[in-house]
Amino acid sequence: MIGLSHYLTVAAILFTLGVLGIFINRKNVIVILMSVELILLAVNINLVAFSTHLNDITGQVFALFVLTVAAAEAAIGLAILVVFFRNRGSIAVEDVSMMRG
Amino acid sequence: MNAAPTLHAVLPTLSPLLPELILGIGVLALILFGAFRGERSTEGVNVGALILLIVALFVVVTQPTHRVTTLNGAFISDAFSRVMKALILLGSSATILLSRDYFQRERIDRFEYPILVVLCTIGMMVMASANDLISLYLGLELQSLAAYVIAAFHRDDLKSTEAGLKYFVLGALSSGMLLYGSSLIYGFTGTVSFPGIVSALHAGSGFGIVLGIVFVAAGVAFKMSAVPFHMWTPDVYEGSPTPVTAFFASAPKMAAVAMSVRVFAGAFQDVAAIWQQIIIFIAIASMALGSFAAIGQRNLKRLMAYSSIGNIGYALIGLAAAKEDGVRGVVIYMVIYLAMTLGAFAIILSLRRGRQMFESIDDLAGLSRTHPVLAFCLAMMMFSLAGIPPLAGFFAKFYVFAAAIKEGLVTLAVIGVVTSVVGAFYYLRLVKVMYFDEPQAGYERIPPGSAIVLGLSSVVVILFWLAPAPLVAVAGAAAKALY
Repeated sequence: MIGLSHYLTVAAILFTLGVLGIFINRKNVIVILMSVELILLAVNINLVAFSTHLNDITGQVFALFVLTVAAAEAAIGLAILVVFFRNRGSIAVEDVSMMRG
Repeated sequence: MNAAPTLHAVLPTLSPLLPELILGIGVLALILFGAFRGERSTEGVNVGALILLIVALFVVVTQPTHRVTTLNGAFISDAFSRVMKALILLGSSATILLSRDYFQRERIDRFEYPILVVLCTIGMMVMASANDLISLYLGLELQSLAAYVIAAFHRDDLKSTEAGLKYFVLGALSSGMLLYGSSLIYGFTGTVSFPGIVSALHAGSGFGIVLGIVFVAAGVAFKMSAVPFHMWTPDVYEGSPTPVTAFFASAPKMAAVAMSVRVFAGAFQDVAAIWQQIIIFIAIASMALGSFAAIGQRNLKRLMAYSSIGNIGYALIGLAAAKEDGVRGVVIYMVIYLAMTLGAFAIILSLRRGRQMFESIDDLAGLSRTHPVLAFCLAMMMFSLAGIPPLAGFFAKFYVFAAAIKEGLVTLAVIGVVTSVVGAFYYLRLVKVMYFDEPQAGYERIPPGSAIVLGLSSVVVILFWLAPAPLVAVAGAAAKALY
């Protein structure tokens, strides 16, 4: 029987993969955007699993808001990436380094 | 068969939302105006945005002081949210005043900029008024998404777009962490509303709650640019157009601190033992990094970035005290920090000849002989940031340290005093460069918008000691609203 803890484990694994994807990835900024989506989807699995478990609709409403905001976030992220590409001619992570730090 | 719902049940009370509604409807009108008039509308949209912000400020100040909730308890208006919203609106209005001249010189004065600032302001006001996790997240995202765009607003400039990209990536990560924490807190308390969380935590808390609080703390620390989540701050501050840096250092800080007080001193007030240690660690690390890392900086914007990291550390001392006095200290600190930061940036923005901006410490050399008034004002800001009495910065630190000592956090207060002595070194070095180094060629006259901001903030910083009572009373009422 698949219970709440299984869903939470899957969400935790996805969340960890997303965070690792942001920090370990040295190649491409697009991969970072994908990792961010992964994090948000992990949160959605959490919310929906809790919502069903608690028999409370709030979690699903929250998940819908997260989906909406994630779409807006991806749009803005890609727009900034395009503008950056026009100036730098590359979207490799190691090229995002004009300023030290 | 149920009776048809009455109109009252369908439509929530809108009066507590009035400032946000004014800004929201106004900004839509400005977008239409800008879209139809095109590039010629920039001047009009700027003035319109400033008027909107000032009207909203007036409405916020005249709102009733008692606690009202609306939108099924998702939105709260009380003494605390009023003070923080007033600060946010002041910061945003000052930004628009500071931006005009710079954007014209850089030839990037498009009408979208004031619109994005107003949208960002609405998000920040929702953060200050959030009473559940969903409205907190939506306010935070509205603020962040607008902020990513204005960081990259100089879209033909590599530094600005790089700042926007870095801010976006790290900001999205921090929102994700905050959200993951929120989902755990929802799951283990069964509710998203702050009063509901308070009563659920009253019954007891387990490992899930602790994990949730840690993730929320990480997300909040990111937005406040507190150590160890500060790494985006110096780069974003250096790369963004200077008026945008002034904006990031002022209004969003107010909102982030308001949000952290709402979450920790509000929703998690019964489990202070869990988050107090996290906040104490963040405060100490921020103060230390803010003072030591700033010593080697030559760029004024980077210096202000480290200064803002340090200042958040001092403000968090008040939150770490976890009592009414501490929150009062935080509010007083943020008021005075706002005045000092805006004043300092008004001066940085006036270091210019033609299209060239100067932002290195060496460019301040001999400012006392070429521009005695500017040099005097900047010296006062720096003495105040260093915490030297009788300037306002001394009182800001005094109230948070006093609250910490009252709650037995003597070590924390002592570390705060030591790091402010270290910080005094780099603040006072600027004064030395201005007064004792060989002067360079003079700069142009300060633009009128910056002059207004500089004048007002200098008055607050220099003359605060004459009448501290009204501010202390307002901050006290704000803190009382939470406990």
